[in-house]
Amino acid sequence: MHHARGRALSGAALLLLTLAAPSPSRPAAPRVDTLLQGLQIPWALAGAPDGRLFVTERPGRAALRGLLAAGARRGGEYGSVRAMSPMPVTWTSHTLSVAGIALPVARAGAGPPVLVLHHDIGTPPRLPFYEALARGFTVLMPSHPGYDGSPRPDWMRSVRDMAVLYQWLLGELEPTRELGRLTLVGLGFGGWIAAELATMAPRALHRLVLVGAMGIKPERGEIADQALVSYIDYVRLGFAGRAGFEAAFGAEPATSQLEQWDLNREMTFRIAWKPYMYNPTLPHLLGGIVTPTLVVWGREDRIVPLECGERYAKALRQARLEVVDGAGHFVEMEQPDALARLVAGFAGKE
Amino acid sequence: MHLMYFTEQPMSAYPADEGRTFGATALMFSNKHFDPVAGSRLYNEYLEHYRLAEEVGFDGIMLNEHHNAPFCMQAKCNVFASILAAMTKRVKIVLLGNPLPLADNPVRLAEELAMIDMVSRGRLVSGFVRGGGQEQLATGVNPAYNRERFEEAHELIVKAWTQTGPFRWEGPHYQHRVVNPWALPLQKPHPRVWIPGVLSKETIVWAARKRYPYIALSTAIDATKKIWELYDQVAAETGYAGGPEYRGYLQRCHVAETEEKALENARQFMWMQGEFTGLAHPVWSSPSGYFSPSYRTAFVEYAVGRRSNPRGAAFEDQLRDQQIVAGTPRTVIPKLRRLLEETRPSILGFWASDGFVKNEDARTCIRLLGQEVLPALREMGKELGLWSPFEANAPVSLAFPEPARSPVTS
Repeated sequence: MHHARGRALSGAALLLLTLAAPSPSRPAAPRVDTLLQGLQIPWALAGAPDGRLFVTERPGRAALRGLLAAGARRGGEYGSVRAMSPMPVTWTSHTLSVAGIALPVARAGAGPPVLVLHHDIGTPPRLPFYEALARGFTVLMPSHPGYDGSPRPDWMRSVRDMAVLYQWLLGELEPTRELGRLTLVGLGFGGWIAAELATMAPRALHRLVLVGAMGIKPERGEIADQALVSYIDYVRLGFAGRAGFEAAFGAEPATSQLEQWDLNREMTFRIAWKPYMYNPTLPHLLGGIVTPTLVVWGREDRIVPLECGERYAKALRQARLEVVDGAGHFVEMEQPDALARLVAGFAGKE
Repeated sequence: MHLMYFTEQPMSAYPADEGRTFGATALMFSNKHFDPVAGSRLYNEYLEHYRLAEEVGFDGIMLNEHHNAPFCMQAKCNVFASILAAMTKRVKIVLLGNPLPLADNPVRLAEELAMIDMVSRGRLVSGFVRGGGQEQLATGVNPAYNRERFEEAHELIVKAWTQTGPFRWEGPHYQHRVVNPWALPLQKPHPRVWIPGVLSKETIVWAARKRYPYIALSTAIDATKKIWELYDQVAAETGYAGGPEYRGYLQRCHVAETEEKALENARQFMWMQGEFTGLAHPVWSSPSGYFSPSYRTAFVEYAVGRRSNPRGAAFEDQLRDQQIVAGTPRTVIPKLRRLLEETRPSILGFWASDGFVKNEDARTCIRLLGQEVLPALREMGKELGLWSPFEANAPVSLAFPEPARSPVTS
């Protein structure tokens, strides 16, 4: 455990595990039980001996996640993640100046660098997926300009602008020079930014991972329009099951979270309003990317249709599509260990 | 005083139970429920109401537009303005107004408005609005740039009306190689611009800085007074004195031969479940980026059902607060006097009937207003010194301080 609060949590977890012990009849989907009150730091983690994790969802609420145990029961499928899990993870925050914006970048872990680009809804600052990655990699997590408290560039008009800004950031990042070539992981909207970025630097990246990426117009379905639904309903739409949403945001997300979702949505509208969530020129340019790419999709993604994943995999020269069961659009929140295993296995290769 | 007739042009032939079942009567409420046969009948009835309003003595006819909803059939106010320009002889045609951000080509709007002004022989009042949130979604316009587009389109239109072309326009949202419309307004320096609004402080401040009259849309009397406090304060900072000639108000007011009949029909002001712009999801009415950041906390809570609708007051409350006035001419006149005394507008719009009010009742209402209510209000206006911009011959804006010139036509 990396801080005192985590240690305190660990003790309580041992006490309660017997009450919530796995049974053969329990489904593999995440199970969430409220066990403790009075916790303060969101996304504090505590590991249990059977491989399960306690997560502080928000102040006053912790959740017990059964994912690792479920994976273990399927013949050690998540073994590599379990091996990493005892490592302590410490996050530090940095600010990098790009295009006149003081961009916050969180950093954790050690090893080859992985830059993670978050969703249009922003991201909780700590997630089991990021922690799991940080046990094998140096994880870099910028908050997109205009999202999650990062300053808004009033001049920005497109997702391609954002990708160019991240190109600039890569040039400024000291760890990329220090630690070697970078793997770029883009989640949803962040996947679109990552794909745009890769078209502009076809050989710069070590590996590219696109998870439920926006950016390509589906031929049959449509990318779900967040403008027509509430903040909560849109985020719920991105989960295959109810438990995933509640584990990540609680049953009733705080007003401050709603306000942040509204601000993030406004920034998304500023740069991706029309066409909504795709760039018609992108498919024509993906063929130039020579970076090996892993395309990951949640089987039950109701925000970006799976056919977009198929189109990405087809348009890219060296790409493989992995479909994750029991996940919607927010694969990293619903199946964090499965995604961490996929990314670790792919980005760890030379 | 300038006394106007207004109707939302309700699509009262829609199946109300379908709206209740669907849970919304705007934006996404399917137009499979729109009946063009009834639509044709209603449009023509509304045209007859406008003709009657002119006959019985109204000074102006106020028009507006909305999209994708039964609460307002008028999808383009310039269409009705064009018809009225030729069909009427005397009334001002008051557009409150064209939703500027929805225009991808404001020069085309400038041309249309100039044509309406010329055909009507200088009777156009060209109000401008930001458009409701649903209007942005219905027309695919980015709500995050709503205010920027509003302000830039306004500047471009006024320039197209007042500076000789050709000129080039390179703005953040609009770029035009050649602005040189061969259609210019008859009124000089340009048609009057009035700015209606409900909520946004930013719009009140903007109108006051431009010296444009602001038209408060059915706000409660106390809220209306706060609007004028703010307007007058900005006016003083800008270098002129605010007052009645800059104040307009839209009053929901239904009159009938009996109190009972008037109250029964006035309930139709609540026909859209109390939401006068239709029942809609809050994020349709206020998409992200559309509303003022100062409302964000309250809004996000409302959007997920943790706060009640700030605009959803009950019928009885709206009667008490005089947001709705109903009765016979004898009983509504003192109520309207209270409004005039307390808020001192010189421009007063009568939103006379709504919803499922029968055609004959709507016509009776217009006739009674014209014959009995308007003359009484004109006397009050003189007594209280409520001189309209026309009576005061006020400048059209801060940018054009000279008195407006009446058009001379053959």
